Amino acid sequence: MQLALTKELRPPRSYLWQLGLQILIMWLVVRTFARGYGLDINLSMDLAFFIASVFINYACYLFGQTQRLWIIWMVLFIAVFSVFPFYYSVLTSLETGTAIFEVNYVPTSFSIGNYVSVFRNNYFGLNLINSIIVAFVVVCLSLLLAVTASFSLSRIRFRGRGLLLLTILSVSMFPQVSVLSGLFELISIFGLFNHLGSLIFSYMIFTLPFTVWVLTAFMRELPLELEEAAIMDGAGPWRIIFKVFMPLLWPSLVTTGLLAFIAAWNEFLFALTFILRNTQRTVPVAIALLTGASEREIPWGNIMAASVIVTVPLVILVLIFQKRIISGLTAGAVKG
Amino acid sequence: MTKTSILTRQKIRTAWIFLTPMIAVLLFTAAWPLLRTIYFSFTDIAEFGQGSYEFIWFKNYLFYQDGEWRGLLATENWWRSVYNTLFFTVISVSLETILGVLIALALNLEFRGRGILRAAILIPWAIPTIVSAKMWAWMLNDQFGILNDILIKIGVLAEPIAWTASPDTAMAAIIIADVWKTTPFMTLLALAALQLLPGEVYEAARVDGIGPIKRFFSITLPLIKQPLMVAVIFRALDSLRIFDLIYVLTPNNEATMSMSVYSKLEMFDFSKFAYGASASTSLFLIITILTILYIRIGRVKLGQ
Repeated sequence: MQLALTKELRPPRSYLWQLGLQILIMWLVVRTFARGYGLDINLSMDLAFFIASVFINYACYLFGQTQRLWIIWMVLFIAVFSVFPFYYSVLTSLETGTAIFEVNYVPTSFSIGNYVSVFRNNYFGLNLINSIIVAFVVVCLSLLLAVTASFSLSRIRFRGRGLLLLTILSVSMFPQVSVLSGLFELISIFGLFNHLGSLIFSYMIFTLPFTVWVLTAFMRELPLELEEAAIMDGAGPWRIIFKVFMPLLWPSLVTTGLLAFIAAWNEFLFALTFILRNTQRTVPVAIALLTGASEREIPWGNIMAASVIVTVPLVILVLIFQKRIISGLTAGAVKG
Repeated sequence: MTKTSILTRQKIRTAWIFLTPMIAVLLFTAAWPLLRTIYFSFTDIAEFGQGSYEFIWFKNYLFYQDGEWRGLLATENWWRSVYNTLFFTVISVSLETILGVLIALALNLEFRGRGILRAAILIPWAIPTIVSAKMWAWMLNDQFGILNDILIKIGVLAEPIAWTASPDTAMAAIIIADVWKTTPFMTLLALAALQLLPGEVYEAARVDGIGPIKRFFSITLPLIKQPLMVAVIFRALDSLRIFDLIYVLTPNNEATMSMSVYSKLEMFDFSKFAYGASASTSLFLIITILTILYIRIGRVKLGQ
């Protein structure tokens, strides 16, 4: 990076508002932090902060670093915005006793007591297993049904295709409450009440349309020549799907499956309504129901520990498959 | 000619065979339950599966008795939940769109560490809604919450606020938690749209000496408007059916009760199964009408 005076000493008029805004932001941030650290700010200190801010920002202007300064502010804001709440719950989950009821911004104590007690005092281990089973089975079933359906929707022209696609999209955006009582009846008839099967059955309402929609978008991008060559060789649709498309398609399957997994893992309304037995619950409901006898007794430490446990695997998966997830989400929406 | 048409016909038959299992599942999990819900809304079931019931047509919705109107459409709390849901949707989707586009513009610049930041922005999106509700319930706690602590330290507040309990701030709490959780979705979609923009347009604008703000409103925004409208409808439909965040963050609070929460509570917690079904049928109708209006007025192109 080279530092050299690149600008006129006197900023152009059109630039003044930007400089002013930067001075104001830096001044406000500095004095906020100072107050946060317990400094009592008087007028002369305020003035000093302000002059320092003017000085620094003017220097940035002179050396042509304004854009860099803006980027630093944006980076700080985005980082704090997206990471801080999660950081804070990790922090709380590692505190026990009275430390929980102090507001700490940095770790002061380290104890895994909450993590031990959340497993010991509840059915949290069972709930985790339930969640894994339900999400896994739902994803496998949806993908299985979606692969052939998406093949038809993306590679074969037939009348009613547009309408069918629109219907699938609207089902995936359906208000789930509006099918709740009808599903409840079906689940009672099947004898699935209080049974994980009720969730596997009902979750198909949002995972299936979603996987079909995203896989259709992905499959549309596969080259037409591949299919034509396979047809020339006398391959039927099954061979085309499983021998020709599958090797190219599996990254998309992983992406779609992951997104559907997250949706099933996070579902709350059906899990709350169709299962009333503690041992059969899934983790979101279990966390929501971790309550104490009174406001004072809410086990915040345990709740935060449980939250961290169910979130960390997702965050790791999302960070690993970052690029794929973005392509999956945008395939489902932007190109749609 | 006949040979190709036979081939095409065969292909179309295969298409329908391949589609049948999916359509069957959707009929079973979506279409049939929806029809049953509408059917239940015309009955007088109090608790599902208990005793016989009668068909009472529109009495759950509206009827006239003893000089006053009764039923769902004459219930103040229902209209309140409709208002809450619409208010929440308009405010939080607007905030998410503005914030999401701003962050996307920043992430579209070239700078070191951009990759890490793009990954970090995904964290709120990956966190389960219930977990984020609990996290915010903790951060917004009146006695031990960090938000009150920060606001008091920097001198915005004189004394702590009971964010989730007080009717005045409960909706603000919901909106804060929702904006935090769903802005990343907006950011991703806006960023994807931004990255498809041709660079030449900006070169021309730079040559013409157009400032950054004018450049955004007269060049960038019109170009990303279509994908943004699609993202907005996805988010709006999601907000209109909001249940979990409100149910967990502000339980039993009329100031934030949404249509979904109202229906669920009436159906399964207050022993008014059929009445709740009429609420959820109305919710379905309201959302359908709003969606059609939005698509018509905004000329949004969904599907191919």
